[in-house]
Amino acid sequence: MQKSIVPSSATRTGVWTGIGAIIMSFAAYTSAMVVRQGSSPDWLHFTLPPILYWNSLILVVSSGVLELARTRVGGPFDRLGYANALSVEHLRERLFWLRVTIALGFVFLAGQYLAWRSLSARGVFVATSPSSSFFYLLTAVHAFHLIGGLGALVYALRCLHTDDGPRAVQVLGAVALYWHFMAVLWAYLLVVLAMWV
Amino acid sequence: MDTVSASLTEHPPVAAHHLVEPEGFIRKYVFSLDHKVIGKQYLGLGLVAVLTGMVLSWIMRYHLAFPDKPVPLIGLIAPTFAAGGIITPEFYLQLMTMHGTIMVFFVLTTAPFAGFGNFILPLQVGAEDMAFPRFNMMSFWVTFVAFLVLVAAFFVPDGPPLSGWTAYAPLSAVGKSAGPGQGIGQTLWVISIAIFCIGQLLGSLNFIATTLDLRTKGMTLARLPYSTWAWFITSIIGLIAFAVLLPACVLLLLDRVAGTSFFIPAGLVVSDALQPHSGGSPLLWQHLFWFFGHPEVYIAIVPGFGIVSTILPAICRKPHLGPRVLIACQLAIAGLSYMVWGHHMFLSGMSPMSATLFSVPTLIITIPAAIITLLWLGTIYGSKLRLTTAGLFCLGFVSVFVTGGLSGFFLSQPSIDTYLHGTYFVVSHFHFVMGVAAMFGIFAGTYFWFPKMFGRMMNEALGKWHFALTFLGVYATFMPMHWLGLEGNVRRYSSFPADYMHGSLVLHRFITFAALFLGAAQLIFLVNLLWSRLRGPVAPDNPWESTSLEWSTTSPPPFDNFGGVHPVVSHGPNEYGVAGPRGDYIMQSDPPLVAPAVS
Repeated sequence: MQKSIVPSSATRTGVWTGIGAIIMSFAAYTSAMVVRQGSSPDWLHFTLPPILYWNSLILVVSSGVLELARTRVGGPFDRLGYANALSVEHLRERLFWLRVTIALGFVFLAGQYLAWRSLSARGVFVATSPSSSFFYLLTAVHAFHLIGGLGALVYALRCLHTDDGPRAVQVLGAVALYWHFMAVLWAYLLVVLAMWV
Repeated sequence: MDTVSASLTEHPPVAAHHLVEPEGFIRKYVFSLDHKVIGKQYLGLGLVAVLTGMVLSWIMRYHLAFPDKPVPLIGLIAPTFAAGGIITPEFYLQLMTMHGTIMVFFVLTTAPFAGFGNFILPLQVGAEDMAFPRFNMMSFWVTFVAFLVLVAAFFVPDGPPLSGWTAYAPLSAVGKSAGPGQGIGQTLWVISIAIFCIGQLLGSLNFIATTLDLRTKGMTLARLPYSTWAWFITSIIGLIAFAVLLPACVLLLLDRVAGTSFFIPAGLVVSDALQPHSGGSPLLWQHLFWFFGHPEVYIAIVPGFGIVSTILPAICRKPHLGPRVLIACQLAIAGLSYMVWGHHMFLSGMSPMSATLFSVPTLIITIPAAIITLLWLGTIYGSKLRLTTAGLFCLGFVSVFVTGGLSGFFLSQPSIDTYLHGTYFVVSHFHFVMGVAAMFGIFAGTYFWFPKMFGRMMNEALGKWHFALTFLGVYATFMPMHWLGLEGNVRRYSSFPADYMHGSLVLHRFITFAALFLGAAQLIFLVNLLWSRLRGPVAPDNPWESTSLEWSTTSPPPFDNFGGVHPVVSHGPNEYGVAGPRGDYIMQSDPPLVAPAVS
């Protein structure tokens, strides 16, 4: 006996629900930051490491590359089961862009690590000031979510290699939605950090 | 052309993946992906947790009644914390913290929501499983690990934390110097709750996607059974609430292990030592915690609303009064639950204006709650009740919910709460409205769905004895606490010596005996549960003549829930007291009624 599960609409709902939870979570972090800044005069301002802006560019490019991979699948995410024919050449091209996305994701993480190193070289550590605490915390939590996205991208890559079409399309669509959100979330965090720390 | 298009078009458009019934014991019963097994696992965890929490409360109650006498056996079990069986004030607070944490998180959240919801919700919407079975399995095992991490606090050198289930900072943040259990024990507490949040977020995500996207043909939102509506609403509340508690726990953990100052103020001296922190805000923890904490009350109780609203029409044999109003009121409660958290903080020094801003929505939230209660009473009124055990617990639920709700009126007003907040009046209030009401919902659900879950009937005679003694024990235990509170008897104190509130000792002793009586009554439930599981009469598919989809399949349901059939829904869940093909009800899966031909 077997069960047929995970229709595409449920996957989409699941990703959006997860995004909702993450938004709520970062709303809590940033509201805590605003409250904490106003509660005491121990908030030290510091200049953000410039590499963060390059990292932002890399994440945006990775999002665009992923979109390139996704639209070459042959059908949009929410039309599972009605996708157009996909040749082997298209499949290879898609795999290539997916690998590029994963590579850019790792470059972004490496860039974030360099930003941390840059700050620590300036003597700004986690416990130096509440501003630095929030800086390290927010970038770390975002990176943690991004690593989850990278894991999902690797899973999508594996699905494209091994699984049947509908599942691969579904996974790729879900991962793309999440990955784009990671870019948007980072843009929000960058603005927040630039304004407050 | 070599394409993958064939597989895209050959599959049905709605399903992309198949789950095959596992053969081995581990995949079938331990790391199972089946929602029914996971639901039972959650209920099992809830049972273990409630027994643990109850034993802790007995130790506290015994000590309150006989502060100078050693508690039997405790000196042997926990010689480090209670040498010779004598409970120290610190150990009392440690017991209280663990009792509250275990009960709120691992009983009231897991059993009515994750337990019954997992088993019943996919059946009620006509699905074969949850939307994401792997996430579902992860949800349970993450929750289980959270429980183990919490219980591990009993076995570390200083024992569990003493900062209460609310873990107020800076007590919870400064570390070992703050007292017994505030070292590793408190760290384990924070990690446990953070892990628990992840488990509940995964669960909520599953419930939402399943309800919205896996409904069978004809199962419109208007035709969803009330219990499914309640679990759906609860999952939305939980998604928001736990998404805030998780960051709060991360911040608290960093204060404890990374030297940050989110919640620890400057100049704080603990145990004669100046804490190396600056400028943190203890109130920030309270805001973050109660933004979760008040909705948590509804995470515990709204599933009970759904269970009662599902069972009442079945025992009254008439439609539920105002079904759309019922759902609207639950949605209103969900929305309002995020506007009232400050009423837990009236004593935190907030301005009278802020207090009023939190007081008004607190009073307003009683309106939808009162409407729901009136709808239940209206449904019961004039009906020929079938007084099954599940039905009795539903009636009991209404009673204790009203009792607890009435004391909430007083506490919602800042001027009155200022006096009562630190007293047993509040203990009584939240035990009635959140603890006991939710437990009655759990009992009602157990007696109602046990036949579906295990294919056997529970013993009704034992069930009625269980209800009667529990109902009596609950009122005997918690009702006198109102009086204690009005007398000014403060909570969280481990004993009341001769010069302070010694006169309350007689009442405390009465409450202790009542609590032990209440606990003993639960033995009837345990015996019934075990006996019925092994020797109970075989259950028919629909023993209660109920309407929702879970009763249209076998008891217990097969692996894919409906034996390869996709049920088609033609009716709402409220078709009672009508002429149907089987009697005075029409099941949701019954074919549309054909109007008689007019000659």
